[in-house]
Amino acid sequence: MNNRTVEIGVGLFVALGIAALFMLAMQVSNLGTFVSADDSYLLEAGFENIGGLKVRSPVTVSGVRVGRVAAIDYDDEAFEAVVTLRIKSSYDGFPEDTSASIFTAGLLGEQYIALEPGGSMDNLADGDRLQLTQSALVMEQIIGQFLYSTSAAKSGE
Amino acid sequence: MLDVLQNLGRVTLGFFQRLGRGHLFLLQIFATIPGVLLRPRLVLTQLYAVGVLTLLIILVSGLFVGMVMGLQGYNTLVDFGAEDSLGVMVALSLVRELGPVVAALLFAGRAGSALTAEIGLMKATEQLSGMEMMAVDPIQRVVAPRFLAAFISLPLLAVIFSAIGVYGGYFVGVDLLGVDDGAFWAQMQDKVDLRGDVYNGVIKSVVFGFVAGWIALFEGYDAVPTAAGVSRATTRTVVHTSLAVLGLDFVLTALMFGE
Repeated sequence: MNNRTVEIGVGLFVALGIAALFMLAMQVSNLGTFVSADDSYLLEAGFENIGGLKVRSPVTVSGVRVGRVAAIDYDDEAFEAVVTLRIKSSYDGFPEDTSASIFTAGLLGEQYIALEPGGSMDNLADGDRLQLTQSALVMEQIIGQFLYSTSAAKSGE
Repeated sequence: MLDVLQNLGRVTLGFFQRLGRGHLFLLQIFATIPGVLLRPRLVLTQLYAVGVLTLLIILVSGLFVGMVMGLQGYNTLVDFGAEDSLGVMVALSLVRELGPVVAALLFAGRAGSALTAEIGLMKATEQLSGMEMMAVDPIQRVVAPRFLAAFISLPLLAVIFSAIGVYGGYFVGVDLLGVDDGAFWAQMQDKVDLRGDVYNGVIKSVVFGFVAGWIALFEGYDAVPTAAGVSRATTRTVVHTSLAVLGLDFVLTALMFGE
């Protein structure tokens, strides 16, 4: 075993290790899909209840992911949650009356924000606030309403 | 009665003496590392022996661990209609736990035992004393390059293990069992965080590399210089490294992912 074999072997080993780390970073983790701050803009939306929405949750339009939730804060004057959305700047043509709703992917899946474009001629710009929002559906409230309405129907008979 | 007490005392003192010798040994290694860095060829040769020759077992076991996880995960997830999450499951378990831990266990068996046997035999045949006679510091010449090699190669091996395991899971899940190709990667990229998951896995394997190298070299250096002593030291290396890796893994996991 001469020096050349050893050096080629070690070089191969280190290159393979770096390639594996690169593969884990780009292919397996979310680095590849990350929306960078350079080519994106921010929108705000106020919600009465955000349910299980988290920072980094997806923002979709017609099911296509256009951005992510950048921050979630609570506004103690308006008594509502303020969600900051980071949208890719290639999608900059949303009308002013676009509405935002919090939906759940599947029955038990994670929650995401769905944008629905309106019909206004003016477009949203960086830092604008979405006026039309729909809060997350909270399971307990739905069950409570259901129980209330069935018991009301029974007593009305 | 007094004999029992004396035995207990001797065992306890022996344990702490060994522990102290182990830490002094580690400090000696640290002190000689700057000198070793001036002669990188010593480290290079050891990287070949410790890292490159371990590569084959890491590649094969990584591939099969990933394939088995793909198979088992699919059978469980398909009952819930969640087979699209197979990629997440395979990638997260490999990157967070199985990659660093299994790579470290294999490393202890393949490379750690060899290091102990080599150093132990050098001690038994008085090669280490011979070096001291020639005013060559055996720790700097023999031990420290091997320690650095273990410290460098285990993180690389763990990352390779995880990457090949993900492809093993992909092969079984997508090619054989028919999970959707896009969903496999997309869900994985959605849920695996670079800093939270991949980097923490690498940090784990750095710690394991440190511990595995330390234990293997100390057991060899501290071995009773006879054939039976070297054999006992080799066994202890594998057992102690495995226990230390599994115990440390729990502690590190609790620190990293416990919140």
